[in-house]
Amino acid sequence: MPSLKTLKNKIASIKNTRKITKAMQMVSAAKLRRAQEAAEAARPYAERMNAVMGGLAASVGKSASAPRLLAGTGSDRVHLLVVMTSERGLCGGFNSNIVRLARTKINALLAEGKTVKILTVGKKGREQLRRDYANLLVGHIDMTEVKRVGYTNAQSIARDVLARFEAGECDVVTIFYSRFQSVIAQVPTEQQIIPAKYEGGAATALYEYEPSEEAILADLLPRGVATQFFTALLENGASEQGSRMTAMDNATRNAGEMITKYTTIYNRSRQAAITKELIEIIAGAEAL
Amino acid sequence: MAGTLQFDLVSPERRLASVQASEVQIPGADGDLTAMEGHAPTITTLRPGILKALSPEGAKAYVVTGGFAEINANGVSVLAERAVPLDEVTPALLDQLIADATEAASVSVDKDAAAKAMADLLAMRSAAGH
Repeated sequence: MPSLKTLKNKIASIKNTRKITKAMQMVSAAKLRRAQEAAEAARPYAERMNAVMGGLAASVGKSASAPRLLAGTGSDRVHLLVVMTSERGLCGGFNSNIVRLARTKINALLAEGKTVKILTVGKKGREQLRRDYANLLVGHIDMTEVKRVGYTNAQSIARDVLARFEAGECDVVTIFYSRFQSVIAQVPTEQQIIPAKYEGGAATALYEYEPSEEAILADLLPRGVATQFFTALLENGASEQGSRMTAMDNATRNAGEMITKYTTIYNRSRQAAITKELIEIIAGAEAL
Repeated sequence: MAGTLQFDLVSPERRLASVQASEVQIPGADGDLTAMEGHAPTITTLRPGILKALSPEGAKAYVVTGGFAEINANGVSVLAERAVPLDEVTPALLDQLIADATEAASVSVDKDAAAKAMADLLAMRSAAGH
């Protein structure tokens, strides 16, 4: 039986923890709203971009002169996986879920005898992947200093990846991130971005192209890559906050339950101590 | 009297404009073009320059760099990598753009394209009146 003093200290400490988790939950709620707004503001651009690219890809993609970003290098030997995670922890299973999906893919690719390279964005994913695949990591992009994700961040990631692709260091590029569905549901997603896959897109034969279809496609493909990174960054940002909010809500509730439990124990042992002292006094008095 | 067309200007980070315009002047990669109601469906890439939208409420101008414009029966949508309303443009911002372009040009293998981008930017700076 712990002493009254230790119980009291324990309750006080849990109360402090609850205050912190509660505050973190409210901060994430506010950040989540901002992240969601940013994701929504970026949607029209990404949608139009994908629609136009889909159309262009459908008409040019099959020809022999198609750019390598669209058609691929003709082999799929070297895979570059870009694993995008958060910079901070305490957000439930957010990072682990993304890493788990990436891990499955890495193992599958390695089993097929492919070469795998990993580029990490965000510290948490790097820490988890370093344990098993330290020799596969080829780079890391640090986002610690980034307060608000902007398009320039996506551009710098895209530049890095495109440089590697141009240099022939990889044939296929896949990104891993978490798609934000709701505060309680974030779906880890893998998406192949090089060679680019654009859905749908027809009936663009009606357009006049200036300069030519090929030139526009060559100009737009790198931008398309950057746009996809930007979308992924924003979705990830919203998912992280959503996940943290849920995790902190659980932690707060848990702390509440523990406080009730320990308060009951505390009261009971206090009562027991009083009863014991009373019995001792009475017994002493009777003995006289 | 000419009709109007729907004009949308979006950058990756936000939607800058979504209005009815009577004409839109676009700095295309192969030269300026003006889109009015009934323009043939066209997709063109942009060069750094000034985009103007004339609407019944007045003209609005934006500085845009990179991206493309799509003209179809529904209107004009311009997807610019960077777009800033002209009255918010400061000399510092233009200097920043030029510095970025200079840096990009120094690593670019395509000297012609880089030189053209620089020339476009400088022309834009003088047009913006800074």
